[in-house]
Amino acid sequence: MRRHVVAIGQALALGLLALTDIVLIALSLVSAMLTALGMIFVFPPLVGLIRRRTMLVRELTGRWLGTPVAPSYLPPPPPPRPQPDGWYRYERQLYKTPWWPEWNNRWKWLFTDPATWRDGLWLFLNPVVAGTFLLLPFAVAGCFLAAPWYPNPVATPAAAVAALAAVIAMPWLLRGYGWWNHLLLSPTARSVLAGRVQRLDRVRLEAADSQAAELRRIERDLHDGAQARLVAMGMTLGAVEELMDRDPAAAKALLAKVREASSTALVELRDLVRGIHPPVLAERGLGDAVRALALDSPMKVKVTVDLKTRPDSPVESAAYFSISELLTNAARHGGAERVWIDISRQDRTLRVTVTDDGSGGADPSRGSGLRGIERRLAAFDGVLAISSPPGGPTTATIDLPDALLWSEPETKVPMPRWKAVVVGLGWSLGWLPLFPQGLVPMVVKIVGGEESSWCLALYLPEPWQWPMIVFNILLGLGMYSVALALPIAHSRRHSVTENTARRLVLDR
Amino acid sequence: MSPRVVIAEDLYLLRDGLVHLLQAHGFEVVAAVESGPELLKALTDERPDVAVVDVRLPPTFTDEGLQAALAARRAVPGLPVLVLSQHVEQLYARELLADGSGAIGYLLKDRVFNAEQFVDAVRRVAAGGTAMDPEVIAKLLASTARHEPLGALTPREREVLELMAEGRSNAAVSQRLFLSESAVGKHTASIFGKLGLAPSDDDNRRVLAVLTYLNAARSQP
Repeated sequence: MRRHVVAIGQALALGLLALTDIVLIALSLVSAMLTALGMIFVFPPLVGLIRRRTMLVRELTGRWLGTPVAPSYLPPPPPPRPQPDGWYRYERQLYKTPWWPEWNNRWKWLFTDPATWRDGLWLFLNPVVAGTFLLLPFAVAGCFLAAPWYPNPVATPAAAVAALAAVIAMPWLLRGYGWWNHLLLSPTARSVLAGRVQRLDRVRLEAADSQAAELRRIERDLHDGAQARLVAMGMTLGAVEELMDRDPAAAKALLAKVREASSTALVELRDLVRGIHPPVLAERGLGDAVRALALDSPMKVKVTVDLKTRPDSPVESAAYFSISELLTNAARHGGAERVWIDISRQDRTLRVTVTDDGSGGADPSRGSGLRGIERRLAAFDGVLAISSPPGGPTTATIDLPDALLWSEPETKVPMPRWKAVVVGLGWSLGWLPLFPQGLVPMVVKIVGGEESSWCLALYLPEPWQWPMIVFNILLGLGMYSVALALPIAHSRRHSVTENTARRLVLDR
Repeated sequence: MSPRVVIAEDLYLLRDGLVHLLQAHGFEVVAAVESGPELLKALTDERPDVAVVDVRLPPTFTDEGLQAALAARRAVPGLPVLVLSQHVEQLYARELLADGSGAIGYLLKDRVFNAEQFVDAVRRVAAGGTAMDPEVIAKLLASTARHEPLGALTPREREVLELMAEGRSNAAVSQRLFLSESAVGKHTASIFGKLGLAPSDDDNRRVLAVLTYLNAARSQP
């Protein structure tokens, strides 16, 4: 009962909202005409207005009808960038300020986005559809209230039945309206793909950027460190060569210096290697590498690892350096004494949780370290979530989806016992009804033989013989096809969920 | 009789250098191998007096050598093994020391440059002692430094503790720090007192006690 009352209220609200669309339609018609006459500056505000209206109905559909409708628009164009000489270019024109190129981009974006036109179509049809689905029942109910004044005696009961039907049908009508909203307002495969492509584009750019920066750092370190030391060693060795005969004692002292320099060069190289790809990570994998990190940390770090297989090496490395950065942050900014690191697997996602007892207040938008982690993770669709109230504790959670894709023997789901039994019965007994009790008596009947031997069907009275034979044949075929189909259906259901790397969710 | 030694190292030049170095110092090299499986076989077949093992070996180039050494020590308890590596990790040091039977060394490859010290370390391990790389000890002490009661040690005592943890005897420590042996003895007694360890004369036990203590102090939640 309550459901119906709520549905009636919601339908009334949505219906009346749809009636106000008539104003918007009139406005759009006028604006469309003005745009056609060349006054294109009225177009963007109009589209903005319509989008606000459709966003409202999207939200209401999500909240009241339980089927959220995501926005379907293509991603907005990036802000125009100045050329090296400070001018802004749009096609073949140059502008002093970014205003014109921006306006042009925006106009083009709004005009060419199919979602704009789908929005328009929805707007024009909405009053009709909403009227049919949502307001018609109220009209029927109105008739019922007016019925006592009608002269026809059948009118009253008929109107009562109609009104009752309207009330009962209300939730379904509401759902139908939600379906209509979905039809035109939900994202199309194209807009989902466009959004994803834009995101991937950005991530790729960032990944390439950070990789280049990393290479520059390595180059600089090598140039200023090991390389310079090797040059110095070569020079000293040259001096030793000269001194060898004249002053063996001085030569010996210089050799000691060379040895020292080679040690220092090795130390520097070791540190460099540790920054590129820590040896423990290569040798032992993420779990032990993080344990080694914990041992070297000045804080008390407790590490729990629940992984049976190693993720791909790049993912492993991203996770390792993220954890390392989080540990550094905890010690440097949070003043933490204790840290708990938990590495586990959630389905196919690699999840890392780093909790510390520091002072909290970490803000991803300010800390460049946290931004760096996000960039590192973004290349693998990973996300960093931070909960850090002032006063602590700080919890950072890293999720790397599909990091553990080709792994874990347990993902092979065995068939349930009953299915296995059915399959076994089908294969072992299917021949029984099919051949001796089905096909053979059929041939015997057709040929007109007198023998009934072990064909049970032929012992039945004449009118039952054919139906029995057909039934036996169908039973045999059915048993075989079930035995064939069950394992296929089972493996397909499980292999689809396991082997699809990154499914694009297009049918949201 | 000269001590028998097995060498495992995949780089030909370094392997050859180690063989010559140890032979020149009176060791008998019974096998010089270049991969993990070969090493395990050599260790269990030859039962050498000491093994010098590189952590990273073929075929996987992960911690093959370390695993082979640990496996051999499980089969032959107390088999003296000196592990060499391009980098040192506390994690590996702990794993090597975990069985508590001593006769373990863990050094950076750079230490081979100083032939005297290196051969000394090999001899110490062969005799059932320990030889820990100063870098491991430094890392261990650095990460433990903030915790009680290590903070209670005087700088001199810390120096003594570092050398002690590397596996050096009181005599060696006194030589290194230019102290008299009795002064070192006083320092060690004071360190043991502050850390709450039972004093002992046996070098190896001493080191193990120190390291176990330091590790235990860290791993407490």
